[in-house]
Amino acid sequence: MKTEKIICAGFGGQGILSMGQLLAYAGMDEGKHVTWLPSYGPEMRGGTANCHVILSQEPIDSPIISQATTVVVMNLPSLRKFEPYLESGGLLLINSTLVKEESGRVDVRTLRVPATQCAIDLGRDEVANMVMLGALLALTDVVEPDSVIRSFDKAFEHTTPELSELDVQAMKLGESLIK
Amino acid sequence: MAKVLMKGNEAIALAAIKAGCRYYFGYPITPQTELLEYMASELPKVGGVFVQAESEVAAINMVYGAAAAGGRVMTTTSSPGYALMQEGISYIAAAETPCVIVNISRGGPGLGNIQPAQSDYFQNTRGGGSGDYRLLIFAPASLQETVDLVQESFTLAQKYRMVVLISADGMLGQMMEPVDIKEVDSPEDEEKQWALTATEGKRPPRAIYSLYLDPVELEKANERLQANYEKVSKLEERYELLQMDDAQLVIVTYGSVSRIVKSAISLLAGEGIKVGLIRPISLWPFPKKAFEQIPDSAKGLLTVELSRGQMVDDVRIAAKGALPVHFYGRCGGMIPSPREIADEVKRILRGDKS
Amino acid sequence: MTVLFEKTSGLTDEPTIYCPGCSHGIIQRLVAEVLDELGLMDSTIGVAAVGCSVLSYNYFNCDMLGAAHGRAPASATGIKRVHPGKMVFTYQGDGDLASIGTAEIIHAAVRGEKITAIFVNNAIYGMTGGQMAPTTLLGQKTSTSPDGRKAESAGMPIRMCEMLATLEGAAFVERVAVNTPAHIRSAKQAIRQAFKTQQAGQGFSIVEVLSSCPTNWKLTPVAAMQWVEDQMIPYYPLKNFRTPGEAR
Repeated sequence: MKTEKIICAGFGGQGILSMGQLLAYAGMDEGKHVTWLPSYGPEMRGGTANCHVILSQEPIDSPIISQATTVVVMNLPSLRKFEPYLESGGLLLINSTLVKEESGRVDVRTLRVPATQCAIDLGRDEVANMVMLGALLALTDVVEPDSVIRSFDKAFEHTTPELSELDVQAMKLGESLIK
Repeated sequence: MAKVLMKGNEAIALAAIKAGCRYYFGYPITPQTELLEYMASELPKVGGVFVQAESEVAAINMVYGAAAAGGRVMTTTSSPGYALMQEGISYIAAAETPCVIVNISRGGPGLGNIQPAQSDYFQNTRGGGSGDYRLLIFAPASLQETVDLVQESFTLAQKYRMVVLISADGMLGQMMEPVDIKEVDSPEDEEKQWALTATEGKRPPRAIYSLYLDPVELEKANERLQANYEKVSKLEERYELLQMDDAQLVIVTYGSVSRIVKSAISLLAGEGIKVGLIRPISLWPFPKKAFEQIPDSAKGLLTVELSRGQMVDDVRIAAKGALPVHFYGRCGGMIPSPREIADEVKRILRGDKS
Repeated sequence: MTVLFEKTSGLTDEPTIYCPGCSHGIIQRLVAEVLDELGLMDSTIGVAAVGCSVLSYNYFNCDMLGAAHGRAPASATGIKRVHPGKMVFTYQGDGDLASIGTAEIIHAAVRGEKITAIFVNNAIYGMTGGQMAPTTLLGQKTSTSPDGRKAESAGMPIRMCEMLATLEGAAFVERVAVNTPAHIRSAKQAIRQAFKTQQAGQGFSIVEVLSSCPTNWKLTPVAAMQWVEDQMIPYYPLKNFRTPGEAR
């Protein structure tokens, strides 16, 4: 596996930080080196949230991503802010329910996933992040979906069996959109 | 304990608790607040005491009281709060009472911002309190190193009866990384022959203070402190060296930004440019010994910091004028990319910048 | 020879640095006598503040900490939290407690910290040589209020007991004086009750003691005692503000 440098970004409350944490926990579960670095402070309150997640077979030096292998954006401001970070040939995942605009990048692989709509169809728009995560895992070999599922109780402090089941459904739905 | 993925601030708190810290006094300030919150929730579970003080001024003076009373005590804060603690730190240093302080620094001066910065180097190493005193200061670069140093700090604070400061920043405080936090054998502290425990009629009263109206006595007290600092400076210099063989340039950098420098060094290696690294882990004592390892191939030194060059003087002193000392830094929460640092190295090697 | 009176074992034999006619000696003796009589001297840790009483760690016959200016209640908090079973007291002047250390004393009371504060109010900064204190009376001349304290620029003198008595955590609050034998006897009773409040774990306790400073007031010791009676007591009434268990 090559070193994966993933930026997740969106509104505060869209589960951006949890999405990144799930990747980090799952990576650690698989014996990889991982770092997770969030944006923090007042900008998160009602504003944008983002996190940088790195998974590697080698020890990780900088936890800050200047060239991302993957960028996941859940809203328009995040697309504009983070698409420049993507390396040429990198993967750009866009939440097409909320982002009607196109990316300006033509040298990357762009996939539009109606994550929020799928989550609403499942009855809970908070799981849009899990739909996105499912899609991401179907497109790449960052971590195994099972490792992510095993990490639910670590990343979600107050999860319940019902919520976990919904999260799994959301991930599977995301995966099915790709396959 | 197996590796767990933890946020830096929480990992520091857990490491301290596992190292036997039972008294914590603090005040909320970003970006260290999770540490305070973790202590509030976890310390009482092990029979410890958490007090949210009315200010950092009060917090450090509570630490002074608890340390004088023989407690294994800690406080944590961030730059402006650390500034408020300077008076109390001077008293604690003068009284030779052990404690551990963590400064998760942020951008300054003034209120600045809450992003990662290293502009507390002066405040950390030179201090703002009155008098001739020193702190033993460690600046870790990874969360594993952070938790290991936090735990060792409690031992060293007791051993040398001095303040041990962990200097980190918002990047280390906020990021998550796997850590293995050891269970330190519950330190059965030896009877502290100096601690204020009340006489119980078994010994003469003890007094801990820093007032010496007689200059002869005050000078003697200073000499005792300095003898201790001398010992610490001989024994506790710590540093990491990387790729020093045939290095054309050696970068001196510490803490969070050293990780970015390492990425830059890898980039440069890919372009056939050999750059070495000296990473001070102890900021005081400053690791002068590391500079004896600089190879003849090196044309200069480059100090990289998240400040406007506060460490440069120490690097110059350690280099003893043998090599030119260059500086590259960003501040105010701006963080250089590995490419920016690599470009700076190339400029220096080309001679574009003196 | 029959021994009729002995100095309390709660004080050391160290000669004090206090000026003739200063009340610190009386107040320290009362504190020491009370702790001695309650059998608590050996289980007490005191905190000396900054001011004329800065050297009190040499006078009290128990473990003592020398605190930073104004911070004695914070340091006493640290000690008490490590040794909850011991008696912990601070001995502070008015500059220390009512000016630079207002935050610390108020929040120790807010927390109901189980410590006892002995607050020596002589309406002036003694050690630095007679500057205006927050407790300096209106019209009182000091080196920094040469024409007398004026309300327009310096405000009115601060009444700490009245302020602290508004806090739920302050279990015992009383103001006393030591300018007459009768007042000294009452002062000792208040100090005893304050320590008993701490011993019973009922919360924060403070005794404000109106004290004399003949040197900086530029009065004879006898006139200074009279000045306490005539000038201070009318503005700082001697009374109990709070006692544990009493309705508020």
